Amino acid sequence: MTIRLRVNGVDRTVDADPEMPLLWALRDILGLTGTKYGCGQALCGACSVHLDGQVVRACVTPVRRAAGGAVTTIEGLSPDGNHPLQRAWMELGVPQCGFCQAGQLMTAAALLKAKPRPTDDEIDQSLAANLCRCGTYPRIRAAVRKAAGLPEK
Amino acid sequence: MSERPVLITRRSFLIGLNLSAGGLALGIFPAWSRADEPSGKSGKAPTTADAAEEAKAPGLNPNPFVHVGFDGLVTIVCARSEMGQGVRSSLPVLIADELGATLARVKVVQADGDAKYGDQNTDGSSSVRNFFDDLRRAGATARQMLVAAAAQRWNVQPDTCVAHDHVVEHRPTKRTLAFGELSAAAAKLPIPAEKSVTLRPRAELHHLGKELPFIDAAAYVTGKAAYGADVRVPEMLIAVIARPPAVGGKVLHYDPAPALAVPGVKRVIALPAPKAPYAFQAWGGVAVLAENTWAAMRGRAALKITWDAGENGTYDSDAYRRELAASLQKGGTRARNLGDVDAALAKAARVIDAEYYVPHLPQMPMEPPVAMAHVRGDRCEIWASTQNPQEARSTAAKLLGVPEERVTIHVTFLGGGFGRKSKADFVSEAVLLSKEARVPVRVQWTREDDVRHAYYNAVSTQRLRAGLDGRGKVVAWLHRTAFPPIGSTFAKVKGPTAEDLQQGVLDLALDVPNVRAEACAATAHVRIGWYRSVYNIFHAFAISSFMDEIAHARGQDPRDVLYELIGPPRTVSLADLGIGKLPNYGAPLATHPVDAGRLHGVVQRVTELARWNDRKREGRALGLAAHRSFLSYAACVASVVRDPERTVRVDEAWLVLDAGTIVNLDRVRAQLQGAIAMGISNALFGGVTMKKGATQESNFRDARIAGIRDVPRKLHVEIISSDGPPCGVGEPGVPPVAPAIANAIFALTGQRIRELPLLRALRV
Ligand code: FES
Ligand code: FES
Repeated sequence: MTIRLRVNGVDRTVDADPEMPLLWALRDILGLTGTKYGCGQALCGACSVHLDGQVVRACVTPVRRAAGGAVTTIEGLSPDGNHPLQRAWMELGVPQCGFCQAGQLMTAAALLKAKPRPTDDEIDQSLAANLCRCGTYPRIRAAVRKAAGLPEK
Repeated sequence: MSERPVLITRRSFLIGLNLSAGGLALGIFPAWSRADEPSGKSGKAPTTADAAEEAKAPGLNPNPFVHVGFDGLVTIVCARSEMGQGVRSSLPVLIADELGATLARVKVVQADGDAKYGDQNTDGSSSVRNFFDDLRRAGATARQMLVAAAAQRWNVQPDTCVAHDHVVEHRPTKRTLAFGELSAAAAKLPIPAEKSVTLRPRAELHHLGKELPFIDAAAYVTGKAAYGADVRVPEMLIAVIARPPAVGGKVLHYDPAPALAVPGVKRVIALPAPKAPYAFQAWGGVAVLAENTWAAMRGRAALKITWDAGENGTYDSDAYRRELAASLQKGGTRARNLGDVDAALAKAARVIDAEYYVPHLPQMPMEPPVAMAHVRGDRCEIWASTQNPQEARSTAAKLLGVPEERVTIHVTFLGGGFGRKSKADFVSEAVLLSKEARVPVRVQWTREDDVRHAYYNAVSTQRLRAGLDGRGKVVAWLHRTAFPPIGSTFAKVKGPTAEDLQQGVLDLALDVPNVRAEACAATAHVRIGWYRSVYNIFHAFAISSFMDEIAHARGQDPRDVLYELIGPPRTVSLADLGIGKLPNYGAPLATHPVDAGRLHGVVQRVTELARWNDRKREGRALGLAAHRSFLSYAACVASVVRDPERTVRVDEAWLVLDAGTIVNLDRVRAQLQGAIAMGISNALFGGVTMKKGATQESNFRDARIAGIRDVPRKLHVEIISSDGPPCGVGEPGVPPVAPAIANAIFALTGQRIRELPLLRALRV
């Protein structure tokens, strides 16, 4: 089945099983490999992308649900890696292996859009289901605060 | 650089994003600027090349690690895998500093698996400690040749010239020549013999111990870093494999038809069942090969398979725990013996006795294992997120019955490793399937596969017994430990060897006159493997918990008792340890002794930071633990509080590390922060349970790891600055964390938990 959707501002068509999770449509069909597979069960957040401005777990979102919608992935978070969160992430050296970071960034980006000056609890709450096996959490917190222009702790 | 023979053919053949021919994103230090090219020859930043091509490129190329181009661009090869420890931002800097290169004009390329780089197994916290001098020598050799070329040009003595900031300067006249102007002449000079190469004094290694630019940061935050699953080539099929539940199990019968009926599924292939010892063989089962990952997963779900449970089909964690306890009861091989423990225990005024249990731990790197292989005739090309490319290469060569030279292996970024990706089993699977299917095959492990079919950290039971004299002083120490060792993955073994006890048992400084440690029998029924910190996790848990128990039994401050037990600052000889030899992680005792002073030092510092003396007055529940591993010394203090949602939670933690010379301060700090998170996972949630040979857990739902809310906001790490020989940094932070938490829980609740995960045993 042919599904039309907008990905990172570009109109794309995907010819796939409508039940195929958006994650695999992005990675295997559209070649956008920045979005990662970590669990396939909405448990880890590695596959987080925006669908019409909301964070979704692409691993459990059938691609048909994105039909006619607008998807943003890490590749489209900013034109050249200069989203305030990406800059803060680089300045504070957040990533270790980097594998979870696309999901962390996409989740944090949605948070800052909804709450430009989040509290510490809101930061933790919004990122609670984005797992990082390397344990970059302290720097994720600091970088979200930095990107939001909140004072250093 | 345009004249360099870049492998255009292979590059264009890869569809992956930002991949070099070698599979890994090219790293250029952030300040890279093309404008200040000295010779102005190259108008462009270099495209890409793999390490083997680098060696053939024109320019100065005295060894496999460093290359100085005619345009002055310095290319440094990183031969160790990047899995989050920042090795690509660390090792190359050592070479660059020795050379006198400007980081902005240094490019880092990832090595394929090849013997010329020395041991590439990125394991054992060894990258810096084992390569510190060798890599410096690689840089110093190139420097000496550039200096010699400049001296010849000016007709002056080489010792009047120095290399710095990408130039060679003649000190008396202040004349300079850029590296690029010298590389051609230098390349014609003889390569100096190893003994005539002089390393710079430490003070001239400008970046050493500093916060270094993080070379891959941009690739990570833009989604451009290419991991195993991001490599794509034409005609490639994705394989997802249904594996027997217990290792050694077999396929009795299967029906491929329902899988083949799934659109996109191309092939269903049964893999051979492995024979013990399992080593790096494929686990066996039935593979579904499809055009995309989703189809392969659906195809696997549709398969109908009847399994033969095989020789490990009765493995059961509860029964095994009883077996281990019985083994401890019997006693084992003496690995450490000082004085007469039995006599001292018999005479003791008081005996304290405790048994500890730590389950199997799965590494669960965020990226599950992935490997792609393309077998063509007698050649094979592999892309894999492997910690050990050489092992993967020889495993593939053996499987195919071809010489190693016919196998090329490219290392991608690793989405975490923690020991899991040192094993080549997933590479074996890809090779077998590509050979059979005659197309490139990428094997994708699901998270369930990863949890169920890992090479677990050994499960362990330990018994500690201390004899106290009339004044409470410990006069006897008996430590028995039983666990199926990693050796069981490679040979039939009955239990740990004395050498396996080097991890925390033999190298424990004790100021106790009678000490004995025994390695007790334990046979393996799963694949056992390395896991960040390995046996140190359970040995530190038992020892540090036990020291805390002794302190409380005596009604004394745990820190004071810890000081007393390890004794005064001193180097502890083998005789004083009561052992004949110590593997010492491959390092000589002369440079890396067992140093009670350094252990004391980290305890002192961490308790200062945590305001240990004020804990009662401030109403805090703190726990303390310290441990030597990978030649480093680490101490942790954890603070726990009750939490309505999660019974108890760590609300603050301090971790101090003494690892000798530090190359990259910021990445080491990151390692310690990560060690706390991993230690919390191990302590509170970690572990899998086995029934009928099968792992009961399957995904993050039941095999939990710490999330952001489990890791304290107040988290402090400190690195003791030192110019001693470098020691491990990736692993040593982990072992003291779990016992510090267990001891803090005791301080908070009065409940002594002697097993992990703590939350399972905690009575609310
Ligand atoms: S892969 Fe989607 S949440 Fe884990
Ligand atoms: S950086 Fe490795 S999993 Fe988060």
